[in-house]
Amino acid sequence: MADDLDTLRQDTLEALAAAADHRDWDAIRVGTLGKSGRLTALLKELGRAAPEQRRSRGAALNLLRDELGAAIEARGRALESAALEARLRAERVDVTLPPTPESLSILSGSLHPLTRTTWEMTAIFGAMGFGVADGPDIETDWHNFSALNTPAHHPARTDHDTFYLPSLAGEGPASRVLRTQTSGVQVRTMLSAPPPIRIIVPGRTYRADHDATHSPMFHQCEGLAIGPASGEGSITLGHLKGTVVEFLRAFFELPSLPIRFRASYFPFTEPSMEVDIGWSRRTGEIGAGGDWLEVLGSGMVHPRVLANCGLDPRRWQGFAFGMGIERLTMLKHGIPDLRAFYDGDLRWLRHYGHGALSPASLHEGF
Amino acid sequence: MKFTLSWLRDHLDTTATVDELAAVLNRIGLEVEGIHNPGIPLAPFRTARILSAEPHPNADRLRVCQVETGLGGAAPVQVVCGAPNARAGISVIFAPPGTHIPGSDITIKAGEIRGQKSDGMLCSLRELGLGLEHDGIAELPDNTTPGQSYAGFAGLDDPVIEIAVTPNRGDALAVRGIARDLAAAGLGHLRPWLAETVKGRYDSRITWENAFPEACPYVLGRTVRGVRNGPSPPWLQERLRAVGVRPISALVDVTNHFSIDLGRPLHVFDVDRCAGGVLTLRRGAGETLRALDGRDYVADPEDCVIADAAGVQSFAGLMGGEATGATADTTAVFIECALFDPIRVALSGRRHGIASEARQRFERGLDPALPAAALEAATRMIMELCGGEASEVVSAGGPPDWQREAGLRFDRVAGLGGLRVEPDEAVAALERLGFALKSSDGTHAVFAVPSWRNDVAQPVVLAPQPGRPVDPASLQNVAEVEAECDLVEEVLRLRGLDAVPAVPLAPLAPVPRPSLSPRQSRTATARRLMAARGMVECVGFSFTARTQALRFGAAPDSLRLLNPIAADLDQMRPTPLATLVEAAGRNAARGLPDLALFEVGAGFEEDGQRLIAAGLRTGRTPRHPGRPSQPVSLWDAKADAIAVLAAVGVPMEAVSVTADAPPHYHPGRSGTLRQGPKIVLGRFGAVHPGLLAELGQGGDAVAFELFLDQVPDPKRRRRTAPELWPLQPVRRDFAFLAGPEVSAEAVLRAARGADRALVVGVGLFDVYEGGALPDGVRSLGIEVVFQPRERTLTDAELEAACERVAAAVGKATGATLRG
Repeated sequence: MADDLDTLRQDTLEALAAAADHRDWDAIRVGTLGKSGRLTALLKELGRAAPEQRRSRGAALNLLRDELGAAIEARGRALESAALEARLRAERVDVTLPPTPESLSILSGSLHPLTRTTWEMTAIFGAMGFGVADGPDIETDWHNFSALNTPAHHPARTDHDTFYLPSLAGEGPASRVLRTQTSGVQVRTMLSAPPPIRIIVPGRTYRADHDATHSPMFHQCEGLAIGPASGEGSITLGHLKGTVVEFLRAFFELPSLPIRFRASYFPFTEPSMEVDIGWSRRTGEIGAGGDWLEVLGSGMVHPRVLANCGLDPRRWQGFAFGMGIERLTMLKHGIPDLRAFYDGDLRWLRHYGHGALSPASLHEGF
Repeated sequence: MKFTLSWLRDHLDTTATVDELAAVLNRIGLEVEGIHNPGIPLAPFRTARILSAEPHPNADRLRVCQVETGLGGAAPVQVVCGAPNARAGISVIFAPPGTHIPGSDITIKAGEIRGQKSDGMLCSLRELGLGLEHDGIAELPDNTTPGQSYAGFAGLDDPVIEIAVTPNRGDALAVRGIARDLAAAGLGHLRPWLAETVKGRYDSRITWENAFPEACPYVLGRTVRGVRNGPSPPWLQERLRAVGVRPISALVDVTNHFSIDLGRPLHVFDVDRCAGGVLTLRRGAGETLRALDGRDYVADPEDCVIADAAGVQSFAGLMGGEATGATADTTAVFIECALFDPIRVALSGRRHGIASEARQRFERGLDPALPAAALEAATRMIMELCGGEASEVVSAGGPPDWQREAGLRFDRVAGLGGLRVEPDEAVAALERLGFALKSSDGTHAVFAVPSWRNDVAQPVVLAPQPGRPVDPASLQNVAEVEAECDLVEEVLRLRGLDAVPAVPLAPLAPVPRPSLSPRQSRTATARRLMAARGMVECVGFSFTARTQALRFGAAPDSLRLLNPIAADLDQMRPTPLATLVEAAGRNAARGLPDLALFEVGAGFEEDGQRLIAAGLRTGRTPRHPGRPSQPVSLWDAKADAIAVLAAVGVPMEAVSVTADAPPHYHPGRSGTLRQGPKIVLGRFGAVHPGLLAELGQGGDAVAFELFLDQVPDPKRRRRTAPELWPLQPVRRDFAFLAGPEVSAEAVLRAARGADRALVVGVGLFDVYEGGALPDGVRSLGIEVVFQPRERTLTDAELEAACERVAAAVGKATGATLRG
């Protein structure tokens, strides 16, 4: 009787060894330990055996069941892992192949350097409580000049500097201009809401000039802060200096950038000052060397400008400043040619462009 | 404005160096634009004397000279010289070895010339870069001491300083005015200046008649007869040349001298060339004047001219005429010294394009107290240089009333200027500038403004918004504030603005308000999104060629520049797409035809400008393994447009597309994006192939334009809780046969609306045409998602819902279920 157990054992182990895949293996498992498997059949027959044989045969059958069960399980695991390994081998690819270009579009797009600088300015001034204001590129002569104490005979109004558009019905001659500065937005802001005012106005500006260092269109960022003329919250030239110093040092990321203030003149401010930063004429490095470079014009808003904009200069005062966005961009990033900003040359835009999702400034927040 | 150090020292008693002067000039608002010291390249050149000059043993034309240089002890230096005038006894200019010779751009070395030692060079003025003559070496006066710096000996070590004078500071267009400011800033003492009167010996041969007093309140003149004109003395010529003025003749040079020295332009007429004995100030009447610059100008009625019996002889404040100017033969001159209205001079100068030294000064305003004294000084100088005899002074009009006062509350220096200055210090500073203290009570002082500071306490002119009247009371208030500002500015200027402490602005609120409006923030998001989709941002000019504007919209006359810088930049662009297409053309010409560009900027229309995000894709997509390159497709542009709209917060379920777009798009491959019936969000499509052909740009191009101003601000609304049904949704596919006029969107919209309670989603998964289908008929495969609410749907309920979908689509579009 023990012979049939040996045969079963032998057959099963041989079959397991020969099983090539999960299906072979499953057939053996079912054929051995399944409902109508060979071992299951022998176990069922045990009841009919003679009582004196039952004990010893039962023990042998149980041993065999345990042994074959373990063997089947082990073989199953081995086949499984061999199958997985085969699959992994088969699925191997050259991972140096590129993903589709569309899925990598972030690599080929970029933002214009002027956008980046404008955002940097917005972030830094925003941290100082300035909001961004904007307005039309086509201004009335009053908003662009007259309100700003720049009367008709002022040199800034010659044909040479200003682009004119045909006057509309009911307007005087030369009454529509392409704004030469973004100051018209300051005027609109003062007319539209009572102080306190803290705005910056980045935007396109236009002058009828075209050579290596002048473009007929360029960008300026002006600023305006208005508060009471005296007492709590009053704004003095000291605040103008503080604001400009903090901005320039944050913008150029140089906490000890040398900054010089020179008395100057603008029709719309008094006192007026020009602001220079230290740099090296030889290397172009900002903050180093013994030379000075003018970067910004500024001053306390002229009493006539306040009055023209409906504010009583006895009650209100404040400061204004203006700077060229291209100029600051060129200085910060060492860009030599102004005209390239507007040409749209893909090679230039990619070279100086800013990453789509990179923060323009860490002041920007999320 | 240029001046030399020695000229400045005529008026300023100072020991300051040029660098110290420059630092103070910058500080007080007279910005230094350049300092040129002609002495620096000449520093090695010395005066010397030729002790002996022997013929060179080996060369006929050379001489071997022993030269006393005053350098290196008493031993003479041997120099071999080829100049024909090199001879014993003359004083010469000597350059030791190592000297760079500016005129010939060589550096000389010690050496031998044909066997004779030569330790330097004797120079001509041409070799020093100082002249053209080259007959031989320069000969200095016989008694010249050897060993001096030649530049010092010849007066060529006088630094020239150039400053930028701001429009308010007419007084600084005078050497004396600059000296006055520097003295007030503590850099020396202003020397006294007093014009001695020249007594008139006879009645002037020319008199004034003023027919245009509003253009000229006061004019003076006098004749000097018996003058001999000729070159002015070397000191005057050198001085004028140093500051960039060409010496002409003594009479003319005197007038130029006073223009620079006192900021007081003068003009001299040749008395014998003026007709009729009377010079009349009047309006122009269309006459032509040949001016001293040799050009012809036609006098306008708004110009103030000076005319004699023969016609217009001068443009007031701008330039004199050729016919009556002083010449070498002039024996009698009439000196003109006038005050002209600054604005009229400015406008006339602009009208005629005359940018003379005189205009520069007149349009900033002259010292109204100076004419009489300046005329005396000029008379004296003419008589000193040219001899002659002066007449009585003749005049028309009278000195204007220029006296003005300005008040200062001392605490305003800190209140406006941010700098604490003691009252005594403020008063002292203003007095140094010529302001006279009239009264003071310790907190408030009143000053008389000096005659030369017409920028301080000016009469106030306001420019209120058109249509609003000027309130006379406010005029007075503004005048007081402004005069005080003027004084604060002067006090600060002299102290230097660097002295003002920089103070941070106090925050208006602990958390600053947002710096961007929702619209501005959306614009930034749109830019970032387009860049993230692989597009490169451009910035184009806001103007383009009129023809180009017409291609992309309209070119109304009201948006055409009256004075463009170039004919192809004369029209405001209707859309940034117009300039993007131009940029793409430039890139294609450089061999870069496959582009994805965008710009966010203004497009201009007759009723205003709007902010447009425009994108352009041209050429082909990149090649990729297993996938060939393809032409850009309108689906790319539509995807860009929808992605931008989604990014800026447009609710996509509210967006619809209609098959219409402006003519710069392909009529069958373009669409308009709308939100509701009224709002046009933008448009997209293939660029019209005819337009590309016209521009000579081959290949495919697709584009979109989005009107960012049209995107509504997000509503501040609390969201209701979402409906999270526990039962699984049921999906059913439908195939509809639709005619060519039926859009996929209409089918989807109808299916979506078939059962608001049950249908929660619809989607298009297949479009099929051709094959067995009739021409133009499409089969549209759509999936509809039903969401059971309380309990699982029965088969009958689901069947009924499907029938409602089919019926709704059929009713709305005429499409039928495919059998």
